[in-house]
Amino acid sequence: MQFPILSIIVFTPIVTGLLILLIPAERKTEIRVAALAAGAFALLLSIWAYFSYDIAAGGYQFIEKYDWLPALGISYHVGMDGMNGPLVLLTGIVMFTGVLISWGIDDRPREFFAFLFILATGVFGVFVTLDLFMLFFFYEIAVFPMYLLISIWGWKVTREYAAMKLTLYLFIGSVVALVGALAMYVTAGTATGQWTFDMLVLEKAGFSTSFQTLWFPFVFFGFAVLGGIFPFHNWSPDGHVAAPTAVSMFHAGVLMKLGAFAALRVGIMLLPEGAKAHMWWIIVLTLVNVVYGAFIASVQTDFKYVIGFSSVSHMGLVSMGFATLNREGMLGAGLQMFSHGVMTALFFAVVGMVYDQAHTREIPKLGGFRKVMPLVPIAFIIGGLVSMGMPGFSGFIAEFPIFMGLWGYKPWIAIVAALSIVITASYIIRIIGNVFFGSLPEEFEGHVHDVTVLDKVALVCLSTVLVIVGVFPSIMVPMVESGVNYVLRLLGGA
Amino acid sequence: MEFILNNLLTLILFTPVLAAVIVMILPGEQEQLIRWTAFILSFIPLALSIVLWVSFDPTAVGFQFEQQIEWYKALNSSFHVGVDGISLTMVLLTTLLTPLALLASFSIRDRIKSYMVLFFLLEMGMLGVFMMLDLLLFFVFWEFGLVPMYFLINQWGSEKGEREIWGGRKVPARVYASIKFMIYTMAGSLGLLLAIQMIGLVSGTFDIPELMKSWTSLNTPLFGMPITTVKAIAFWAFAIAFAIKVPVWPFHTWLPDAHTEAPTAGSMILAGVLLKLGAYGFLRLVLPLYPEESKYFAGVLAFLAVMAIIFGALASYGQDDFKRLVAYSSVNHMGFVVLGIAAAAFANGTKDPQFAQYANIALNGAVLQMFNHGLSAAGMFFLVGVIYERTHTRDLKEFGGLFPLVPVYGGILIFTSMASLGLPGLNGFISEFLVVQGSWPVFTLFTALAMIGLFFTGAYILKGLKQVLHGPLNEHWAGHISEINARELMVIVPLMVMILWIGIWPSWILDVINHAVAVFK
Repeated sequence: MQFPILSIIVFTPIVTGLLILLIPAERKTEIRVAALAAGAFALLLSIWAYFSYDIAAGGYQFIEKYDWLPALGISYHVGMDGMNGPLVLLTGIVMFTGVLISWGIDDRPREFFAFLFILATGVFGVFVTLDLFMLFFFYEIAVFPMYLLISIWGWKVTREYAAMKLTLYLFIGSVVALVGALAMYVTAGTATGQWTFDMLVLEKAGFSTSFQTLWFPFVFFGFAVLGGIFPFHNWSPDGHVAAPTAVSMFHAGVLMKLGAFAALRVGIMLLPEGAKAHMWWIIVLTLVNVVYGAFIASVQTDFKYVIGFSSVSHMGLVSMGFATLNREGMLGAGLQMFSHGVMTALFFAVVGMVYDQAHTREIPKLGGFRKVMPLVPIAFIIGGLVSMGMPGFSGFIAEFPIFMGLWGYKPWIAIVAALSIVITASYIIRIIGNVFFGSLPEEFEGHVHDVTVLDKVALVCLSTVLVIVGVFPSIMVPMVESGVNYVLRLLGGA
Repeated sequence: MEFILNNLLTLILFTPVLAAVIVMILPGEQEQLIRWTAFILSFIPLALSIVLWVSFDPTAVGFQFEQQIEWYKALNSSFHVGVDGISLTMVLLTTLLTPLALLASFSIRDRIKSYMVLFFLLEMGMLGVFMMLDLLLFFVFWEFGLVPMYFLINQWGSEKGEREIWGGRKVPARVYASIKFMIYTMAGSLGLLLAIQMIGLVSGTFDIPELMKSWTSLNTPLFGMPITTVKAIAFWAFAIAFAIKVPVWPFHTWLPDAHTEAPTAGSMILAGVLLKLGAYGFLRLVLPLYPEESKYFAGVLAFLAVMAIIFGALASYGQDDFKRLVAYSSVNHMGFVVLGIAAAAFANGTKDPQFAQYANIALNGAVLQMFNHGLSAAGMFFLVGVIYERTHTRDLKEFGGLFPLVPVYGGILIFTSMASLGLPGLNGFISEFLVVQGSWPVFTLFTALAMIGLFFTGAYILKGLKQVLHGPLNEHWAGHISEINARELMVIVPLMVMILWIGIWPSWILDVINHAVAVFK
């Protein structure tokens, strides 16, 4: 039997989370060290899995399959391909840096890390599972701790409201998606007599075009809500803002990818004909995401809301890339999920660091922070350049093929979407100028301090990844490309 | 040595990055050490490009020192570098001006380390544009150069002045100028980016030599539109991006602000090299990829170029700020480059051997003008910086009669101004003469109009000299102004030597250029 690396990655967080609960609450240092060790372990394993994936062979690797409820055709079935490999790595990175950033949490760190780790298991699970039922199972595991994390440790002003809004939105979305999934299960089961939730089997079920056209919107939108698709995006900035730093990092960095990924995995890959029928208006919606999201971000005065809406804009590019259904667009979308994940985790980490010192996020009240925390603006600038798609960083590597994919679909969409690049540049430049440069307001003189060493380690990790992928795209592109080729085969293309 | 020759371009391109890393790990408080390390390290790319110049074979056709390494295989884009006579000249100009600009920056006190690191990154960005033979990577370097320049202006720019931005909020003028520079250029590059994506998707490759064959011969309808329409739109997408960078009237409005607010060395590089990126884009991409469109729209380009020459000169004459005067003079001089390119584009399209001759002359002039303007504009901005550091003003009305106080500086200023004015015997004359000679038979009216611009060139240069050096002495400065010092002489003297050298014996550089532009037919 081969080494069950994916299962170990999936269950390390939750097991650690439960073990942490056994440590007495007042021994905070031990709790933190245990959390960090688990984070580092999961990161190392996901790096190992990522680099030992055999791109030449392609397809699903590291497969594990155990019957779970054979009567209903449910099995624990996991595997890694070119599409979810980078996302597993991303989750590892965000988990590790998230623990580093949360070192300073003093209010019940034991419960905080336990919930955070349950969340992490849910996320890992959704990415690697090949069973539709297990996908929903892990999906709910990921959403539920979010509610507690935001409402207990969140920003005091809006946390109850935001947590409620977020949870309701996502539950409704997943219920809608579940209806679609059950329709597939029943139809495939009745037709073939083989009742199964196994997605590798359902891919070959050969649903009729009318069936696919009917159910595709249910599945796609059910999940795309979590990906922040317009007009169901407005839970997300509220949720980002109310969440504590590490949770915002998880939320924007990984959780939103969960939505986009599941919309791809279940929506587009299981119902390809449905995707073809609906793509034109989905692209129009995502175009609204991209351009309108950028416009909203540019008029916010709260630092965290700017980043929140920028996520809406960038996640629009991901959905847009998938919706083009061509090679370039999907390749870009796959890369954008990773790039945006790391970038936005970096952004929220920086916002958290500034807020912890200044106790305000109003951009006009801030200024001159480079003088007290010299490393932070450099990290933020790198993230900002990624965000505006500046060549040399991962954002360009990802966005360029998305736009090529749009050219292959409808040129005018590419042209309109490109406007977002300039708008993004304008708000990023504004933040850099107003928060980090200029003069330090008097009330902060002597009250703000540099960030801790652990924070610096986290920032360096995140920004290094962004630069490496930008300069050497070959570290990630071939892997995503192999994943895209698999999807294209399902779509009946090359 | 074998290794160096085999990887020469890659080495020139990335030694500045290496230099940046070395400077980065130096202790921040050792300012003198940082300055000298940066200065000395900047000679490595220069030495390598001299090796490149010497081992370059001007008579060979096509690109030399080519190197191709896989980069973004999924999109068929590779790290493909190579130089011909045009890019070689520009590489030499870049690596030559960088050490001088770094030496000119010795007076910077604030965060010298970050400054030097950004400067090296800027050098890499510019060199990359000149060397890349891959459209995608061309764009990568094209865009990347903006970032260090933005921060150089934003952080180390002039400390005076305030401007309104975003609905009346007051910000320092340098912040205003840097944001305008960034947004203007990024927005301009947007069309370029989209056109590159479209070309990449249609052609399946980003390799420039391949595209010169496949893209130009493409004649099937695209996106439901006739190919001529698609190509015309793509042509303008390219042309506008490059026209903004040159800058051609009416896209020049970012330039006076950016030049004026940038630190002295930043202005030197901005005027000396950055503007050439736009003209180089026309030569490397627009003319070869869109020969028919270039001919069709050459008249429009020539018109814009003439407007740039005339309005640039008039605007320059109208300035009271010394640095702004020099900034507008760049619009004026770069107009000649574009005029030469436009004339060549038109002449080559006619397929008439007589006209091909004119095109050749005009292009020789345009490329040489790029190099010459690089030398004289860098020199002028430096000299403005020298006087600013002593007087802390750039207002021409506050100077006057400084010649007796600073005779050496005055002599140098007159010399450099004369090069800018186009005095025979100095470099500017040769290139402007060639441009005019080549364009005259092609666009007679436009060239004649450009002569009016040339007349005003004389006027604004003399105005600047008069206001600074001559007339009654402004007593305020007596005893408060010191002569140009040895370090500053070390910056300006090499430029003066080059100016005189090309003015007297231009063939060493024209040989290289001539063979390269001969392929545009």
